[in-house]
Formats: sequence, structure tokens, C-alpha cells
Amino acid sequence: MPEPLIQKIAVGSAAAAAAGSAGPLIEIENLSLHYGASRALKNIGLTMKEKLVTAFIGPSGCGKSTLLRCLNRMNDLIDGVRIEGEVKIGGCDIYGSDVDVIELRKRVGMVFQKSNPFPKSIYDNVAYGLRLQGVKRKSELDSIVEKSLRQAALWEEVKDRLHTSGLGLSGGQQQRLCIARAIAIQPEIILMDEPASALDPIATARIEELILELKKDFTIVIVTHNMQQAARVSDYTAFFYMGELIEFDRTASIFTNPRQKRTEDYVTGRFG
Amino acid sequence: MNGTASPAARKGFQAERFDFASFFFSGLTGLATLLILSILAVILINIAANGWSGLSWHFVSTIPKKDFFNPETTGVLPMIIGTTIRVFLMTIFVIPIGVITAVYLTEYASQKAPLTRIIRAAVNNLAAVPSIVFGLFGLGFFINFIGRNIDSLLNNPGPVWGQPALLWASLTLAVMTLPVVIVATEESLKAIPPGLREASLALGATKLETIVRIVLPQALPGIMTGGILAISRAAGEVAPILFTGVAYYMASLPHRLTDQFMDLGYHVFVLSTQSPNIEQTRPILYATVMVLLMLTFALNLVAILIRARMRKKLRALG
Repeated sequence: MPEPLIQKIAVGSAAAAAAGSAGPLIEIENLSLHYGASRALKNIGLTMKEKLVTAFIGPSGCGKSTLLRCLNRMNDLIDGVRIEGEVKIGGCDIYGSDVDVIELRKRVGMVFQKSNPFPKSIYDNVAYGLRLQGVKRKSELDSIVEKSLRQAALWEEVKDRLHTSGLGLSGGQQQRLCIARAIAIQPEIILMDEPASALDPIATARIEELILELKKDFTIVIVTHNMQQAARVSDYTAFFYMGELIEFDRTASIFTNPRQKRTEDYVTGRFG
Repeated sequence: MNGTASPAARKGFQAERFDFASFFFSGLTGLATLLILSILAVILINIAANGWSGLSWHFVSTIPKKDFFNPETTGVLPMIIGTTIRVFLMTIFVIPIGVITAVYLTEYASQKAPLTRIIRAAVNNLAAVPSIVFGLFGLGFFINFIGRNIDSLLNNPGPVWGQPALLWASLTLAVMTLPVVIVATEESLKAIPPGLREASLALGATKLETIVRIVLPQALPGIMTGGILAISRAAGEVAPILFTGVAYYMASLPHRLTDQFMDLGYHVFVLSTQSPNIEQTRPILYATVMVLLMLTFALNLVAILIRARMRKKLRALG
């Protein structure tokens, strides 16, 4: 079922050098984020590797979604947000003054907590990002739409109704449509903000299988409330509490042998 | 409106006592509805009963000679055409300007900035300005300022643009109905789920691309509602066009933007105040009012049908 690897868009020069090996793709250094007067993230330092799944866990309000949204600068949209520190993707500081946010978001895709397909047809949803980039040839659009839907494990279910509304799909299908839409423009990184929190267990399981498939081609960062989910899908896990990164390690270590007391309390369900 | 439910297990489902407050208030709302409906019914029945006899194909299809007070020879074709064109032109002017203003206010302007507040306050105040003031504004700004300047730029020997005209009347009406379109558009823009905007931006769309491809198509039915409200208001207005374009009498139909025009609403005023023989004119007056009502209704209906088609299309696809 998985299609041959999608041709990657050329990364920055530094990343191109590092590509191939599982080098660090995302480097967060000393990152702090303020909403007006309050500080939502405190001196976060974190490195994420290519083609691996990193999970952000922690109780509500711990800053994990906020950090995720720093990675494609979605926080720019919120008034009164101030960010200090560095986020490097492929060696390039994405908060640098010469960075084109539009280019960044093409390379760092996002799937949201609440599935948000456009009120357009399934086809037009997937083709949206491509059309933005000026792809007009129907044959090219057709093939990428099919490839993306296959990669998102949705093709078989929707191939006969590509031109009906994306809103007519079930919740789980809608979320997979959003994943197909995100991967259609071939990002390097996919950010997932609790992608299965509104889904039933079966739809959740499909999304989790999908994540394991997708990590062959993409670097994935996933925020989740569901501890089992983090344990099942991720290679690395970061635990956040009150805007601070408490512990970051291989997922197996976090869940079986955490070094911090607070991490242990959280993953064993004693609080949160 | 139901009273608090008593524990069913003990008392069964019988109402414990008569809920007087509920009865009183539902009665009151019913009466209010009845009152409004009967006022409307009285107006419509009165107009229909008195106007029906004057209404004929000849009446709506005739360009009257100078003496339009005579039931035998009169007609309202130029007025129907004049009113329709000025409403149509107004819609063409008001919708783009209103939509662009609303997009600026909701999507681009900083919500706390003093300038935004001033614009919002201005829009609200504009809605409260008496329509005769818009008429005077149209005369002063469009005709005397813009029109006359066009004339002097073009070296026209006499006033061509600098006089009352269809164009200026329509623009004046557009200024008058601008707040309605702005407010309706703003409301529909705000109602669009932020998730859709985020999804588009996260796919590498610029703000403008997001607005054009996602936000505005979704807001179209709401924008149309603004257009419908504007048409309803403008179709029957007389005061704004008094100084800016309406004519007491014209022998021919308007065929240029700079022509004056006859208008149904103004014609009602003329018939009821200028007639040499009130008894003779009364049936025409009623019939003209009836035509005005039907035209207003028809213009609204067209807009409502267009909106319904858009909604259907949006729901089916996008």
C-alpha cells in the first residue's frame, strides 16, 4: 500500500548535508514564549531527529501545543505573543529575519486537533496546497492527489467519490483527509496536534497505524494526551509540565524508566 | 418556559399548579406577533383593495405623456425602469466597497487600534444618518464636487456630469446602504471557523490567498444577506435621490448614466401632492404604490434566490 518515497523538496544547504543519516532536523534552543505578561514556555531545549516520531506529552496547559505551533510559526497569528531563543530546522533559524513563513509552512505541515477539511470536494481539499503553488496540470494534480490519499490510507474509501464534499466523510476519514492534504505538498515535517483526540478507538488505531507508515517518509512531531498513544507511535517522548521541559528521552525510557519523579507520576497516571 | 419539573417518581407527571408566568408571557409574545401581522395585513389589504382596479398591463407598460394624473393615459414604465436600474447600480457599487471594508476591518485591522475603532464608530453612525442628509451629501460631493470637476476636466460646454443623474443617485444610495453591507459581511466573516483559516495558512497559503479561496466563498451567503437588506432599504427610499437624480417628468427612458430618471417612490409623492384632481388620481396613486411594493418584493426575491443557489452550491461542494 505505501507508495514509493516522495521526492523531497530540497532542504536548506545545511540540512542537505546532514540528510541521509538520522541527524538532528529540528533543534530548539533556549526557547521561551510569552503571552502578554505570562510566560507559557520556559527555556526549552530539544533536538528532534529526521524520520522519527517525537511525542509531546503533559497535562493540559503545559505548553506542548504551543511549542508545536512554534515549529511552523502558527503562533505568529496570535496577538501579543513574543518568542525568544532559537528554533532551527535543517540548520536554519526559522525565526530569523530573512525567513519566509510561507516557505516554512510548505516544509512543515500540520494536522490539527479538530479535523478541518475545507468545505470543498475531497479532491479539491488535497489539491489545495498544490494549486497554491501554481500546479495546474490536471494529470499532475490527479496523480499527486491519488498518491497522497493512498499514503493517508484513505484512497480505497473515497476513490469513487473524489468530487463529493470532504465534509461528508466520517470524523476519522476527515482527519485522514487532512493528513492527505498536508502530505500532498510534500513537507519534510508533519506536526500533529492531538490528531486522534476527537476520534473513536477504531479511527484512532487507524491514525496510529498511519503515523507508523508515514514516518518512513516524514519526520513527525505529535502532541497527545493519550499516554498509550505516545508509547505506541513515538520513538522519542518529551514530557512538559507548566511550560517547562521536564524530561526528554527515548520513549521506552520515559515510560519504563523515567529519571524524573514528576515524569513517573504523570506516565503512571498519578496526576494530569 | 416550562416550570421546574417536579420529581416524577413521587408525584406522577401531572402539573402541580397552573404556570401563570409561562401563560402570561407566551400570550404576550403571541399578541405582539398578532399586532405586527395585522398592521401589515391592513396596509397590504388597503393598498390591494384600492389599487387593484388601477392596475393593468397598459398601466405598467406605458410611458406617460406630460399629464400623468389622468388614469386613461398614464403609466409607470419609466418609473419601474428607473427604480430597478438605480437599485441595480447601487448593488454593484455597494457590495465590493462594503465587502472590502469588512475584510479590512475583520481580517487586517488591529482590533484594538484607535483607527479601527474610529472606522467602526463611523460605520455605525453612518447607519443612523437621516436619508435626506445623504441626499444633500450626494448633491454636494458627487454632483457639485466630482461631477463638476469631471466637466471642467473634459472641457464640457455645459454640465454633463455636474448635474443630477442616475449614476449619482445610485452612488448616494450606495453610501447610505454601506453600513448594512459592512456589518452583514463582518458578521459572516467572524462566523467562519478559525480552523479553516489555520488549515489554509498551515498549507503555505498567504493571508490574501486564504481570504480569497476559503474565507470569502464561505461568507458569500452572508454577504448576499447584506445585499438583500441594502436592496430592501434602497428600493423605497426617496430622500437620497431627491437632489441627486430623480426627475419629476421625463419624456423618454434614461439611457446614459448621466441621465435623470423617474422613480416609483418619488412618483407616489408627486401623485399625492401635485395632482390637480385628487379624486381622479387616487386609483393611480394606489396602483403605483402596489407596483412599488411588488417591485421591491421582486428585487428581494431575485437576491434571495441567488443566495439560495449559492448556499446549495456551498453545501454540495465549494
